[in-house]
Amino acid sequence: MTDLTAGSPPVDQIRDEYTAMARRKRVYGGILLILFVAMMAAGFRTADGRNAGSFIDGWRRIFDYPTEVLSEAWEKIAEMPANLVEFLPALVETLNIAAAATLVGAILGTFLSLMSTRGMAYWPSLIPLFRRVSDVFRAIPEIVIALVLIFVLGGGPVPAMIAIAIHTAGALGKLFSEVNENASLKPVEGLQSVGANWSQRMYLGVIPQVGPNYVSYALLRFEINIRASAILGFVGAGGLGYELRNAMSWGQGRYDEAAAIFLLLFVTIVVVDQLSGVLRDRLTHGSEKGASA
Amino acid sequence: MSTFATNLTVDELKAEADRLFSRKRLMNFGLPALVLAYLVYVFFAFDVPGIAARANWDNGKTLVSDSYSYKTHIERDNRTGEVSAAIEGERKGAYPEGQAPDWVVLGETTVIDLEDGHVVRFGPETVEYDIPGYGTIRATPSRAAGVQAEFPSREVPDWINVSKNRLAVTTDAGRLTVTRNRSEVFRYFTGWELFWFTLDSPYYGKSFPELAGRAASGEMGAIFNDFWTNKMWRHQDVAWAIFETILMAFLGTLGAAMVALPLAFLATRNFNPMKSVRFATRRVFDFVRGVDALIWTVVLARAFGPGPLTGALAILVTDTGTFGKIFSEALENVDQKQIEGVQSTGANAPQRYRFGVIPQVTPVLLSQLLYFLESNTRSATVIGAITGGGIGLLLTQAIITQKDWEEVAYYIVLIILMVMLMDWFSGWLRKRLIQGETGKKRKPRDPNRKRFLLP
Repeated sequence: MTDLTAGSPPVDQIRDEYTAMARRKRVYGGILLILFVAMMAAGFRTADGRNAGSFIDGWRRIFDYPTEVLSEAWEKIAEMPANLVEFLPALVETLNIAAAATLVGAILGTFLSLMSTRGMAYWPSLIPLFRRVSDVFRAIPEIVIALVLIFVLGGGPVPAMIAIAIHTAGALGKLFSEVNENASLKPVEGLQSVGANWSQRMYLGVIPQVGPNYVSYALLRFEINIRASAILGFVGAGGLGYELRNAMSWGQGRYDEAAAIFLLLFVTIVVVDQLSGVLRDRLTHGSEKGASA
Repeated sequence: MSTFATNLTVDELKAEADRLFSRKRLMNFGLPALVLAYLVYVFFAFDVPGIAARANWDNGKTLVSDSYSYKTHIERDNRTGEVSAAIEGERKGAYPEGQAPDWVVLGETTVIDLEDGHVVRFGPETVEYDIPGYGTIRATPSRAAGVQAEFPSREVPDWINVSKNRLAVTTDAGRLTVTRNRSEVFRYFTGWELFWFTLDSPYYGKSFPELAGRAASGEMGAIFNDFWTNKMWRHQDVAWAIFETILMAFLGTLGAAMVALPLAFLATRNFNPMKSVRFATRRVFDFVRGVDALIWTVVLARAFGPGPLTGALAILVTDTGTFGKIFSEALENVDQKQIEGVQSTGANAPQRYRFGVIPQVTPVLLSQLLYFLESNTRSATVIGAITGGGIGLLLTQAIITQKDWEEVAYYIVLIILMVMLMDWFSGWLRKRLIQGETGKKRKPRDPNRKRFLLP
């Protein structure tokens, strides 16, 4: 007891040391904050300087274009339903690009993830290779592949589909392999002991464990891919984005069409977001209920 | 009685098991069949059979071969008799007048050695091409009679294309084109031409040790300047473009986080009791998220013109919605006890938020922020291609020319490296800032480290 009190410094000293430490931390924090603000400001100024129009002039004009589009669309509100119907095929194409790309990407991603998970890989020595492959796939922005493929294959939905599928395969490959790592290997061993081959082990032993998570991630990816497929349409890959660019390049007089496309795209994105949110919720929480029932 | 109802007989159990089995069998075969059916539908909806017919495989071949090789043009103006040499036939790759690569001997008769016995001679009147195993082709261009060609055999092989005014010979060693006005030879080489220095630089063609020696003797700045201002590859512009792209992602992501954090408080049940404000904020988040980066880019480009600022703002607006949603979810899950604990020491409202709430949500916020920083680097490339800024713009420009495929390949490599680097960087930072973030069980965090970030 006496040792303890003798060894500990007096209260004043503790308090001084504590305030000194607190002050030091506050100074460090302040320096970091100043550095951060300076970086943001410098970055903003650089971006502003390299932009064609400056922020100061532009921000008052932000609503000019939407107002123009909306007022013209409002004048021609009677044609809106006809416009919406006219662009429905383009919307279906955009959705098809996203869905097909998600499907193909998910299949490819499943393969990549199984190949890069320890205990499941067909060639265990090639695990690092498959990991790098999915890293590279993930790093390629869709537009790069799409533009190159448009040059070779011509415009249309297929280049966009392939481009999105490759990126999706990489992104899902990483997420799926994280899921795989949490899966139990016991069913796989059990299946192996009865002589199942690799594909049987994976299909019967791994996929049922990871299925709900896979579907949940794939749905999330589907949301993202709809946006991506709209953007790729803008560079010539078909679908809503392509129609939007055409309607925009016509300029005034066709703004009602642009407004219809904006509306379709907006509604689609919101609806798919909500739907996949509900579905994913049910998948992650519903599976527990299913197990107990 | 009720117990009897659940007490099924063997037959009933068997029937139920059969039903379960058949349902599972249906799922096991039905689901893949459904996927297959959809893919078949897409196959025809996208007109994949038609693509094979429409596809331009020659384009593909040029693309692939051009991305790793280049050609040097040797051109003779048939009216003046002048011979000029240029890499890729571009002015910025042209040899100075009276000079040519060492496999070309200039003179009254210019001799071009295409190796493996292939030799082209530009004479004053005739152009001759010796092809081993075939013979010598002679072509005489004249203004009056077009191009008169003589072949060693009566049959003209299909790699020779001849008409009244034009002769084209394509071999493995190169390509010869003769028209009335000019004779031209292409010789192909592997590699990226003039990547380091252009022909007008004194350092062109010097070996690395020699360059290192010169750099050591004080020419470092000049060497770097020649490399940096290389007209063919424009290293300076490319570096700026990459910087612009990263800047877009950085400004957009951090700006969005700064806008979204205060708004997120308005969208939570536990911090904002006013239901109408909560509802309105959430709808605003949904709206900006739903409008999508594409439309924001289009709208903002009208106001600000093309450039990195437009891209940064487009990312900022879109991500404000996403961050708002994620942050408000994180804020709804905070532990009320810590806030009460801080309050019990007499803290006022800002202090309660600062010490009770923020430390709890920092890990979620930071990990999302860093994840989006990486993903926005990719978005910034795409947005740059649309709005005109950064590496995305350079890439689209290079693709539009339809001949600078080596530059396209270079940009693609750079983009992939940039994204991978950002991925690695954000992962590294995440591990440093949020320890145990990757593990499922969160390890006790070091409080000293975190406090540095949020003063």
